[in-house]
Amino acid sequence: MAGLIFWRKKKEDKAQVSESSVVEPVIEAEVVEAQTVVETETIEPIQEVVETIELPEIVEPLVIEEPILEAIELPKRRFSGGIKSLFSRIKFDLENLNELEDILIQADFGVDAAEQIVAKVKAKAKSTGAKTEAELKQILTELLTEAFTRDDIALKLDSGVQPYVILVVGVNGAGKTTTIGKLANWLVQGGAKVTLGAADTFRAAAVEQLATWAQRSNSEIVKPSTEGQEPGSVAYETVEKAIVSCADIAIIDTAGRLQNKQGLMDELGKIRRVIEKQAAISEVLLVLDATTGQNALTQAKAFAEVAQVTGIVLTKLDGTAKGGIVYAIQEQLNLPIKLVGVGEGIDDFAFFDPQEFATGLVG
Amino acid sequence: MFGNLSDRLVETFKNLRSKGKLSAADIDATLREIRKALLEADVALEVVKNFIAAVRERALGDEVSKALNPAQQVVQIVNEELVQILGGEQKRLTFAKNPPTVIMLAGLQGSGKTTLAGKLAKWLKDQGQTPILVACDLQRPNAVNQLQVLGDSVGVPVFAPEAGNGSGNPVTVAKDAIKHAKQKQFSVVIVDTAGRLGIDEELMAQARDIRKATDPDEVLFVIDSMIGQDAVNVAKAFEDGVGITGVVLTKLDGDARGGAALSVAQVTGKPIVFASTGESLDAFEPFYPDRMASRILDMGDILTLIEQAQKSFDEEQAMEMAQKLAKDNFTLEDFMDQMQQLKKMGSIKNMLAMMPGAGKLRSQLDNIDEKEIDRTEAIIRSMTPKERKDPKILNGSRRLRIAKGSGMTVTDVNSLVNRFEQAAKMMKTMAKGGNPGIPGMPQGLPAFGGAGSQANKNKKAKAKKGGKSGNPAKRAAEAAGLSTQNPTEPGAGSAFGLK
Repeated sequence: MAGLIFWRKKKEDKAQVSESSVVEPVIEAEVVEAQTVVETETIEPIQEVVETIELPEIVEPLVIEEPILEAIELPKRRFSGGIKSLFSRIKFDLENLNELEDILIQADFGVDAAEQIVAKVKAKAKSTGAKTEAELKQILTELLTEAFTRDDIALKLDSGVQPYVILVVGVNGAGKTTTIGKLANWLVQGGAKVTLGAADTFRAAAVEQLATWAQRSNSEIVKPSTEGQEPGSVAYETVEKAIVSCADIAIIDTAGRLQNKQGLMDELGKIRRVIEKQAAISEVLLVLDATTGQNALTQAKAFAEVAQVTGIVLTKLDGTAKGGIVYAIQEQLNLPIKLVGVGEGIDDFAFFDPQEFATGLVG
Repeated sequence: MFGNLSDRLVETFKNLRSKGKLSAADIDATLREIRKALLEADVALEVVKNFIAAVRERALGDEVSKALNPAQQVVQIVNEELVQILGGEQKRLTFAKNPPTVIMLAGLQGSGKTTLAGKLAKWLKDQGQTPILVACDLQRPNAVNQLQVLGDSVGVPVFAPEAGNGSGNPVTVAKDAIKHAKQKQFSVVIVDTAGRLGIDEELMAQARDIRKATDPDEVLFVIDSMIGQDAVNVAKAFEDGVGITGVVLTKLDGDARGGAALSVAQVTGKPIVFASTGESLDAFEPFYPDRMASRILDMGDILTLIEQAQKSFDEEQAMEMAQKLAKDNFTLEDFMDQMQQLKKMGSIKNMLAMMPGAGKLRSQLDNIDEKEIDRTEAIIRSMTPKERKDPKILNGSRRLRIAKGSGMTVTDVNSLVNRFEQAAKMMKTMAKGGNPGIPGMPQGLPAFGGAGSQANKNKKAKAKKGGKSGNPAKRAAEAAGLSTQNPTEPGAGSAFGLK
């Protein structure tokens, strides 16, 4: 699976990069000198400027050299054990096809999506002449798999410019901190160096909660130096630390916020901007609780707009909830589901696999 | 994405306005919309099905109210049923005869138990209790820590012998906590437990053990108001697995419609005790079933409005008024009657604010001075019966007397008379045109929507006539006067009891 691989620069290469960054200030200093000279004297400086132009040639091989990327493969995990089949109560056949709508509604797909899916299944069944339960299930599985399959469900950690920054957002209690802990652990297991940023400076003991996860996952953590420190500054320091310590990935936790709290949502925009001063943001992951109903769509809409979400993490799939609302979310908002959480254990975590998800649901 | 229920109902009933009686088809059309609204509000499907069936039965058998149109009538039945399921009246916490009272919190992960524990502690402390918090969530990293921070900030001690993070036995902690509370004479013990899934047998057994160990007076099931269809399964699992005495709905400050409240109340039969409405430790209130019903239906407080319209609307009075209009003997007294009816329905601001789709109007509402109705009333009451019947006799000296008697100025009296004349003229036109509206929604709705433009038009005319309305108070007064005139616009009269 493409989702299991990400790219990082080779360690030796990193050393070279840091060398070049040491050289750079020296050049700058000379340029500055040259400019001040330009102001005071009028004729001579031309030569000096020419000299400074020549300087980059010495550095050039270091800067332009293509970063050597090394693929890191993460251990593949399955999550379908957690999903309960939709069809535990009724037999799925042509006569019961209308009941499919109810079943989908009960899985939080929403009325409109449920109607749409049933219509599609009916049309397909008619055109293919499918009749048996197995055939109908096959149609539904294919339909769902197709809907969730897209070329951007893998984490996008392949630009070669490190650190890759992952920003994690969501409403209160969705499972952001737990998700980060599991993700960090997984990445560390895959050989990456991870820096966590505790930018949830609001909720009591949220920083300590993340610190515990940092310890469990062997990643480093940047904590606010004072209580209730501005989250943007923690995010900034996290990226800074990640750069200095040559970490591959920085994951930044944010405080849970309800999407209708305008002030708090604006804060996310600010955190984004602050991070982008130092590094590009590779992923903005929206954590959604699978037990959430139709409001998840409103959540996704609001967060997508403010924080430019790049993917969804669906948590708590180990319960009885199916998280059907993600169908409407990826349909309406064009947002891929990238990761799933299936428990409180550090390994209860996987990349989202459409086939596995659909098969798990249809059973 | 989808309009709210009231908008949809307005759409559905466009063609049914003149009908006074409910037919089965009317009811089914309304119920289809209500079914969808409930599902979109995350009420569990099985609950919706039972609910709709019950409403249908009642609606078919119900007496037809003269004040309401079919849509309103069905909505009203729906509302009554909703409120009933949600608990009718507020439920209060049960306190133990011999302290300490033990309150145990249980629920899924991330539903907001620990935060709620802090809020509950503060609330109880403010009521003169001496609560103690007990940290039995030994599972989630630093949940114990979180409770301690919360305890510190509300000034309530925390019993936390175990550091948590996966070690320690919550049942032992709970047991020791009760002993400790008895010894130190705390009046209420609040037991925070770890989040758990209903299907996690091991953890549910542990919750049962905590319950056994503490013998709580209340077991509050904490549930996120954003939860979807799974609410029924979860509620059943906790009711069967632990046994609950009440429900707390959290994160109600979000924009989820909170249909889960209905599912949980229906499935467990247990009352919803509290609503948690924000991250601050004060954001905590008793649960109001009627407010929740409106929220689930996404109807604004239209239901309150319907009720009020029903109460204050006097059919006979309206008939009389209509006859008067036809005969062209609309007097200042009638004018006052009209305004009093309006007052009966609640303040203008509140009334408009209750209407769905009135959001745009709300900024204009701030310009309306409700006192103006009182002032107008004072002026009319300062007139003799003769003057009220025939305002034409109002000469300068009469006007001066009225102004003095009512504590207003002559300008105010002039302005009122002008307003009355305009109103009378319009009513006459309307009565001739004939627009027998039924009071209340949804006919009134478009009229109110258009009120803004109408008011502006009138305002311009007024300013020309009055000529002296330079001061803001006066302008506000005119605006208020105008709002009483709006009913003269075809269709809007309904809201004011005119027929």
